[in-house]
Amino acid sequence: MAPRFQGIDFYDGDSLLSEEERAVRDTVRDWVEDELMPVIAEHYLEGKFPRELVPRMAELGFFGANLPEEYGCAGLNNVAYGLIMQELERGDSGVRSFASVQGALVMYPIYAFGSEEQKKRYLPALASGELIGCFGLTEPDYGSNPGGMITVARETADGWVLNGAKMWITNGSTAQLAIVWAKTGPIEDVSSIRGFIVPTDAKGFTAKDQKGKLSLRASDTSELVLEDVHVGKDALLPRSGGIKSPLMCLTQARYGIAWGAIGAAMACYDEAVSYAKNRVMFGKPIGAFQIQQVRLAEMLTEITKAQLLCLQLGRLKDRGTVTPQQVSLAKRNNVDMATECAREARRLLGANGILAEYQAMRHLANLESVYTYEGTHDVHSLILGQEITGLSAFG
Amino acid sequence: MKIAVCIKRVPDSETRVKVANDGRSLDEAGVKFILNPYDEFAVEEALRRKEAAGAGEVAVIAVGTAASQETIRTALAMGADRGVLLQADAVPADGLAVARALAAELQDGGYDLILCGKMAIDDQSYQVGPMLAERLGLPCVTAVTTLSLEGGKGVAEREIEGGVEVVEFPLPAVVTADKGLNEPRYPALKGIMAAKKKPLAVKPFDGGTVGVAVTGMGLPAERQEGRIVGEGAAAVPELVRLLREEAKVL
Amino acid sequence: MSHVLAVVEQRDGALRKVSHEVVTGARRLADALGGEVHALIVAAAPVTGAEALAGFGADRVVTATGDGFARYAPEGMAAIIAERARDGGYRAVVCAATATGKDLAPRVAAKLDVSLAADVTDVGMDGAAVVVTRPVYAGKANLRLSVTAAPAVVSLRPNVFTPVERPRAGTAETIAVSTAAGRVTVREVKAAAAGTLDVAEAPIVVSGGRGLKEPENFKLLEELAAAFGGQAAVGASRAVVDAGWRAHGDQVGQTGKTVSPNLYFAVGVSGAIQHLAGMRTSKVIVAINKDKDAPIFKVADYGIVGDLFEVVPRLTEEIRRVRG
Repeated sequence: MAPRFQGIDFYDGDSLLSEEERAVRDTVRDWVEDELMPVIAEHYLEGKFPRELVPRMAELGFFGANLPEEYGCAGLNNVAYGLIMQELERGDSGVRSFASVQGALVMYPIYAFGSEEQKKRYLPALASGELIGCFGLTEPDYGSNPGGMITVARETADGWVLNGAKMWITNGSTAQLAIVWAKTGPIEDVSSIRGFIVPTDAKGFTAKDQKGKLSLRASDTSELVLEDVHVGKDALLPRSGGIKSPLMCLTQARYGIAWGAIGAAMACYDEAVSYAKNRVMFGKPIGAFQIQQVRLAEMLTEITKAQLLCLQLGRLKDRGTVTPQQVSLAKRNNVDMATECAREARRLLGANGILAEYQAMRHLANLESVYTYEGTHDVHSLILGQEITGLSAFG
Repeated sequence: MKIAVCIKRVPDSETRVKVANDGRSLDEAGVKFILNPYDEFAVEEALRRKEAAGAGEVAVIAVGTAASQETIRTALAMGADRGVLLQADAVPADGLAVARALAAELQDGGYDLILCGKMAIDDQSYQVGPMLAERLGLPCVTAVTTLSLEGGKGVAEREIEGGVEVVEFPLPAVVTADKGLNEPRYPALKGIMAAKKKPLAVKPFDGGTVGVAVTGMGLPAERQEGRIVGEGAAAVPELVRLLREEAKVL
Repeated sequence: MSHVLAVVEQRDGALRKVSHEVVTGARRLADALGGEVHALIVAAAPVTGAEALAGFGADRVVTATGDGFARYAPEGMAAIIAERARDGGYRAVVCAATATGKDLAPRVAAKLDVSLAADVTDVGMDGAAVVVTRPVYAGKANLRLSVTAAPAVVSLRPNVFTPVERPRAGTAETIAVSTAAGRVTVREVKAAAAGTLDVAEAPIVVSGGRGLKEPENFKLLEELAAAFGGQAAVGASRAVVDAGWRAHGDQVGQTGKTVSPNLYFAVGVSGAIQHLAGMRTSKVIVAINKDKDAPIFKVADYGIVGDLFEVVPRLTEEIRRVRG
């Protein structure tokens, strides 16, 4: 049995965390160690989200943990929230994705754009895991360009009728409610985009799992189809307006991903170190060979930098001054860094590195999705490029 | 039900032990500290008893340095109601001194039950619980794996060599917890936030005369790496020969 | 005074074997002090095996008998022992750090208002002070303590103090006591299956881990243990105990039992630090594991790399053969 995961903390980052932040991190770390790690490889191989773990995650307060206590949430700061994402992704990106979607993409828009009645009705049920949500923004032909969406909502006497299709929707087939983004005006009018809370059992709503994934296998990814789906007036998120609203949600999610990627990298590094010390080749542990030491040194360096990056990002977010561009930088850097760590760890593990018994290849495969979703690596480059030059390279 | 739980801050079980420069203590650099795992069983048991009774109070008491406040808050985050730290410069190596201080704090508290871990994983002394009971004049059962309480009486099971003792005792009592008593909860995130607002009193530690002195700490001799006798069942006769002729243990 | 009181254990009217170790440890202190060893047994009636204590160095064997002491009665027994320790003016009180001793010794020490050095692996005199060595941090370090209080109450880790024959003339006496058994009473002792030894006490331990694959496969280890003719107990790693394959009482390691047998077999046990903490003081360690890189081989004296499902039956057969 491998020793319990102790985290990677080369620069005494713990001393920069408050007692509560460390305590939160430790609770999630222990839960991941005790309840997620023993089952994750099997779920991954079977292509199954470990749904049975949702009630415990909810009970411990993992969903929407940075939202206020009055809505049944933990009321944590953003650094503590980031640490939750880090530890969950140390287990698996798919499980972190579940929590990201539930918290940042479902609970956050209801909190930010919903009426008081909607908040009271949905947030406690989402926090307790009684309800599971999904987020419908991306469409088959509109990924990096969500403003081009063709899903529409038409107002009727008693509510709205939605038509369209959404793709790559995490939790789509397990959710009881979907936050669906649709244009309420002409198809070219990006400012007419509004958010709707759509029950997934509404007539005309179908969700179908996307099969054949070689990444994020322990996560449900679905295609949503809305055919004349009627919802009441109370389905509209009243304070949502324009493409800016879903992009605000994405900034929340990207913030969590920047932290999550550190977790995946730490898992791979930890595994690589232990393997390097124990695996003997040519009569000595492979960790005694220069090439493996270089690999490990690179990983530790990049992880340490990413940790400090995220910590400051979190402090800026808690101060209320963080910009979407700062979040883009962290998401871009950290996911790329984690992907490299996973790849190097997999290589260090030799043939064993391709087995599900070890973690590196699972993380590597997952991170290829994380690299692509919530703004691809390249899109974040362009966001930063625009920030630097003032010139848009989009479109 | 009014319950007190005695807890201790200890180095994590994964700690790599290095001897400090004084040659007598643990080098604490880089060491992570946790709530003693056996005390976690005690805290969990107290919370379950209170929850089952539907009312009551769980107080946690620690002897330790100021840093033990964090350990107390871990117990508060699990659900305990209030904490007391008997603050010392260092926890004395003499369990009796710890027991004296705890007894002085607990004696007029009117507790129905006092729970401790069967031992702390740092000094492994197995003694504060029963010594505390003696000081308080209370009955005590140690290293308990199952516990039932009803009508002022308790029945506990404790593992002994080759069997299990079923022990009866009247309440109030001191009970020390072993692994197996329960599965401790994690501090939930809301609990961690709530713990900050719960009362935590800090008082000076007074353990009286200390009857033992630590004169040194050393690391055990590393076991010599042995040898691989061979591979597979074919190596068995050679192994048995070595056990008989070289190691002389058969 | 320079005498040492050796508190020895009985169960069901028979002296427990660990008592020989207690008398041996007490003898060592008494020799350094130039004093006598007085063994004390608390029981319902004279016990069998008490006569052997003189052979290990007891100058006097006192059996205190009372109605309430057929089974372990911590309060009454602690009262009797403390009273004798006080009245006899002993320099040291020595007992075993067994399940009973761990429960009893702190009570005795507290009644005497003195410290306790628990679960020690070495004991001696340094000038006027009793000095002990005791493992701390799960055996990752040893602490040396000087006990200044008198009497020094010391409990000895089982299986560490090898009994040494030191025949003394030895006098035996039985005294009836009227001390009450106390408020804490043992209603029942649920014995483990007949003939099974406890891992903490067995001279040979055969432990299994995840490599056994299924709980039913522990039968292989039970057969191997049986081949040692009642000398061996079956232990388990934390992983298999947590998985519910074996009882917690069988667990060897940091959160289980600490064992120091003469011979320890680790079968399909990878050798996690917390397991090593419980068995690293074994005299001889044998590891059987299919993974030649398993950490257990780093502490094992002898290792066989191979499929335990082939190695263990063969070993059982071989042990049966050599034991005739």
